[in-house]
Amino acid sequence: MTTVDMTPVTDKGTPTNPRRRVYRPNAKYIPIIATLSLLAIMYSSGVANYENFGDPSVFVNLFRDNAVLLVVAVGMTFVILTGGIDLSVGAVISLTTVLTATLLKGGWPPLVVLPAVLILGALIGAGQGAVIHFFKVEPFIATLAGLFLARGTALTINQQSIPIRDDMWKAISEYRIVLAEGVVTKPIAIVAMLAVLIAAVTLAWTRFGRNVYAIGGNADSALLMGLPVGRTKIAVYTLSGFCAALGGVLFSINSTSGWALQGNGLELDAIAACVIGGVLLTGGSGYVWGTLLGVLVTGLIQTIINFQGDLNSAWTRIIVGVLLFAFIVLQRLVTRKAR
Amino acid sequence: MGEQSPVLEMTGIRKVFPGVVALDGVDFRMFPGEVHALMGENGAGKSTLIKTLTGVYEIDGGEIKLGGVPVRISGPLQAQQAGVSTVYQEVNLCTNLSVAENIFIGREPRRFGKIQWGRMRRRAAELLARLDLDLDVSAPLSSYSLAIQQMVAIARAIDVEARVLILDEPTSSLDASEVEQLFRVMRQLKESGVAILFVSHFLDQIYEVSDRLTVLRNGQLISEHRVEELSQVQLVEKMIGKELAALEDLEDKAQRNRERAAEAKPILEARGLGRTGAIAPYDLTIHEGEVVGLAGLLGSGRTELARLLFGADKADHGELAVAGKPVNLRNPQVAMRQGIAFSSENRRTEGIIGDLTVRENIILALQAARGWTRPIPRKKQDEIVDKYIKALQIRPADPERPVRNLSGGNQQKVLLARWLITEPRLLIIDEPTRGIDVGAKAEIQKLVAELSDGGMAVLFVSAELEEVLRLSHKIAVLRDRRLVEELENTAGVDADRIMQTIASGATS
Amino acid sequence: MTSILKNRLFWPAAILVVLLVINMFTSRQFVTVQDGHLFGTLIDILRNSAPLILVGLGMTLVISTGGIDLSVGSVMAISAAVACLLIQDLDDQNSVGPVLLIIGIAIVVSMLMGLWNGALVAIIGIQPIIATLILMVAGRGIAQLITDGQIINVQSGPYATIASGFFAALPVALLIAVAATVLILLLTRRTALGLLLESVGGSPTASRLAGIGARRITIMVYVVAGGLAGLAGLIYSANIKSADSISAGNLIELDAILAVVIGGTALVGGRFSIAGTVLGAVLIQTLAVTVVAVGIPSEANLLFKAVVVVALCLFQSPTLREKVFGRLTPRTARAEVPA
Repeated sequence: MTTVDMTPVTDKGTPTNPRRRVYRPNAKYIPIIATLSLLAIMYSSGVANYENFGDPSVFVNLFRDNAVLLVVAVGMTFVILTGGIDLSVGAVISLTTVLTATLLKGGWPPLVVLPAVLILGALIGAGQGAVIHFFKVEPFIATLAGLFLARGTALTINQQSIPIRDDMWKAISEYRIVLAEGVVTKPIAIVAMLAVLIAAVTLAWTRFGRNVYAIGGNADSALLMGLPVGRTKIAVYTLSGFCAALGGVLFSINSTSGWALQGNGLELDAIAACVIGGVLLTGGSGYVWGTLLGVLVTGLIQTIINFQGDLNSAWTRIIVGVLLFAFIVLQRLVTRKAR
Repeated sequence: MGEQSPVLEMTGIRKVFPGVVALDGVDFRMFPGEVHALMGENGAGKSTLIKTLTGVYEIDGGEIKLGGVPVRISGPLQAQQAGVSTVYQEVNLCTNLSVAENIFIGREPRRFGKIQWGRMRRRAAELLARLDLDLDVSAPLSSYSLAIQQMVAIARAIDVEARVLILDEPTSSLDASEVEQLFRVMRQLKESGVAILFVSHFLDQIYEVSDRLTVLRNGQLISEHRVEELSQVQLVEKMIGKELAALEDLEDKAQRNRERAAEAKPILEARGLGRTGAIAPYDLTIHEGEVVGLAGLLGSGRTELARLLFGADKADHGELAVAGKPVNLRNPQVAMRQGIAFSSENRRTEGIIGDLTVRENIILALQAARGWTRPIPRKKQDEIVDKYIKALQIRPADPERPVRNLSGGNQQKVLLARWLITEPRLLIIDEPTRGIDVGAKAEIQKLVAELSDGGMAVLFVSAELEEVLRLSHKIAVLRDRRLVEELENTAGVDADRIMQTIASGATS
Repeated sequence: MTSILKNRLFWPAAILVVLLVINMFTSRQFVTVQDGHLFGTLIDILRNSAPLILVGLGMTLVISTGGIDLSVGSVMAISAAVACLLIQDLDDQNSVGPVLLIIGIAIVVSMLMGLWNGALVAIIGIQPIIATLILMVAGRGIAQLITDGQIINVQSGPYATIASGFFAALPVALLIAVAATVLILLLTRRTALGLLLESVGGSPTASRLAGIGARRITIMVYVVAGGLAGLAGLIYSANIKSADSISAGNLIELDAILAVVIGGTALVGGRFSIAGTVLGAVLIQTLAVTVVAVGIPSEANLLFKAVVVVALCLFQSPTLREKVFGRLTPRTARAEVPA
């Protein structure tokens, strides 16, 4: 560790390094700039190649179609910023949709169901965080257990797709918000954007947010600086669980149904979106705005493939994989330089 | 200043780890406005004492008083609140955050829960200006050198109104002018009444900046002095414990020297070998059957010197020849092919593999050299292992026991066995006798002498002068990461003579 | 040595025996002989655990170096897709020679996938969990692309044999798994590979200073893991006589990791137990069968698994052990004073 940035100790004759005021251009913005440029290139090539691609509704629909992923990825961003990972989010989504549908079918008032499932998601997250912090279990394993638990519970409750006939859910599902002429969006897109906004403010302007970055940067230092490391870690997983549950609610609104296989593999998409958005998987670096860009990139790939028409949808996964590779290597280079 | 009442008073501090008494009734006190150096070799208890003060460890006995009031320090945060701030050697900050944040995180100025970035940056800049630093406080800390990071850590420490500031080896990776800057800051703080606990391995620095010093050895308080009352040689004696060394008979030394073949061929020749920030370029020649001792205090560069000769770290200048042929030791594998073996001072992290058995640990290096496709037949393994368990008297003599269950001395013997079965031409052993009992120590010393008599060259690194004097034909003395003197171990050479060099750096 | 192994595997083995006894009572045929072949629940369990055993073997080696391989499921899908695509194009799907050649090709392709993982981990130096995530995401896309998004059905007798055939009264799939197990045992225990793997996983720094070239060994285990996953994919697809890129090996990485952990190999690397992993894999498969056999909905299987993961992790967690067992067992490892 200490050998990294040393100057010759004994060469008293050599002049001092003129490093005092000089610093490198801020390396932490490179990934996010790369993502932004990528998004711009993809969008403009889409506009150039396909008719109607430039229609504002195409872009606006990205938010609607990826609302669930966006919300989940926001929670994931917090977890990854602390250097952790949450594999349980997809399963928490399915549990939430099944539970929501089942409770609504059982005649529970929607205004009770909504907070109930959100709190449940947060509790699952808190439980995982507690196991990770108190018992020093690896996040990967602890949240894997959470995945099994949540999906198992969902499947045990009901394996079939359960339709939701609740009026409130239906009303929200059918509600349209007119942004401009011919450009409409759904409430779920607004909720997702609100989540991004709140998360961005939290990370940039609150002590909790800065503690998240500090822990991801160096958890041992954070502890020695007197920061509440344990509390923050648990809070981060709680938040991720909450976001997953919120994603599940949005899912159930969008599909007006609950199904235990919904959200299968979504944890991977969320992690991928974070990485493509420049959030460092080792923690401590990245922005929610990057995650937003990452989600938009994956969404845009899907859109382009839809526009192309004759392209296999498998290309989405492959391109996401290639981007993952590119961004992971880029991150590796950036961190290497920063050290 | 001595007439004031102490700001910190630790009395009868005791700290026990399973099997080891790390601190045994240590008294320690600090007065406001003084720089107090804490001195001691490896394992003396310096770090443990500091950690009890910063709340990383809880004490098992004794009392800590701050400003005359008994306190119980249960964690880093409590320590800070009590007015004890610490800057660690490895700079415990978050390099991914900005300079300003590193100073204020956890105490950010807020309004309605929202961090006031502008105010925070202004205050950070003001604070740094007090330390004569002009930085871009919004830049990430990682963009600055370690020296600056250290200053930022100090800025953070003093902003919490510290009464006691602990600087744990702050200078080990700074260059001369950076050290000067640090000392300027320290003097400034001292004038404002802060008591500074200073740990450094550089004696000159201690004498330049400190007012008072306390020496620990083997977890016990040796003495406390005003700096001007104690010469450097006396200090080194107190740290190393010369009175023990004097008791040893040195008569067999002369004998060993006579036995040494005069026409021995050089095994290894280093010319201007060095690594920036670790060890200044040095020349060193080691002959067949010769024991070369490396003497010097902790942090003097003795380990760093040895590591270059095994490719454990890569040299960034100089040349090396093994048996007359130039080689580039890119990694340990290359060194092993040249017949060089190296046993690290960090027995537990860089030596043994705790989960594996004694047998597996012993054959590991030989097996690695043969490659995985050519396993050593089990029968041969057992033969070799049995032979060495007997020869080195490894206890318990059970080859299938996980090596982590062995005592330190026996683990060390396992490591020696690991390298001896590779039949090296040059054996480098770094602190083989640290932290092991007296019996095992004597056995290992005897073994080194036997190996050398059998024609093997040995580079022997040790903090104990007595050992080095007893075993070595030639002694290289290090100080401040520089090889300052190389001397034949003739009858006239004794511990005093070497301590002189360690203390002054001059070849008298 | 044997006593330690016994100790570690005692509980999994005991649970397995209990489950098998339950099956003996609930199933109509536990073991019978029919047309000179062995049949019955026990044989089914063993046959169906073959893919998991194979994947688990590779995972054990990877984990012993302190790594992890998330991409095994995707590699299974790719291998199956390659094999089925090529077999489909054969003039005579029932000729043994070409089918064997194709199986060989599929395994080589899988090993190349492993090589990619190994290179990312050992040469570029990316964390294993992140490095293998790339192929986990992109791999299924590649498989879908190979099959052009379709499920390829094959009617090849020789191909079907590897999953459902019998040889010397025993299922071929089981024989393959046994052969692979023996091969891996020979590879690790008859050569020095096992020792070097455990050494690298136990302490990378000490291993480097003992002159072990960790890089080549690390790449090799990922290649082996890839090859074994490919073989598992072939058995899976031969069983359903088709290549299904979506469901082939879905979530198997999690089961495989679980099997390894049950088998007493710690996730941090070091000591590993091949026999333990095989036991773990059979246990997981038996659990799945038993859950159905005793009339619990099969979905609850996930819940059981969650419980197992949590219990194992908590038991392996040194923090918890310290809290529960206190200072009953003084740890000699800490005997030295930190300097």
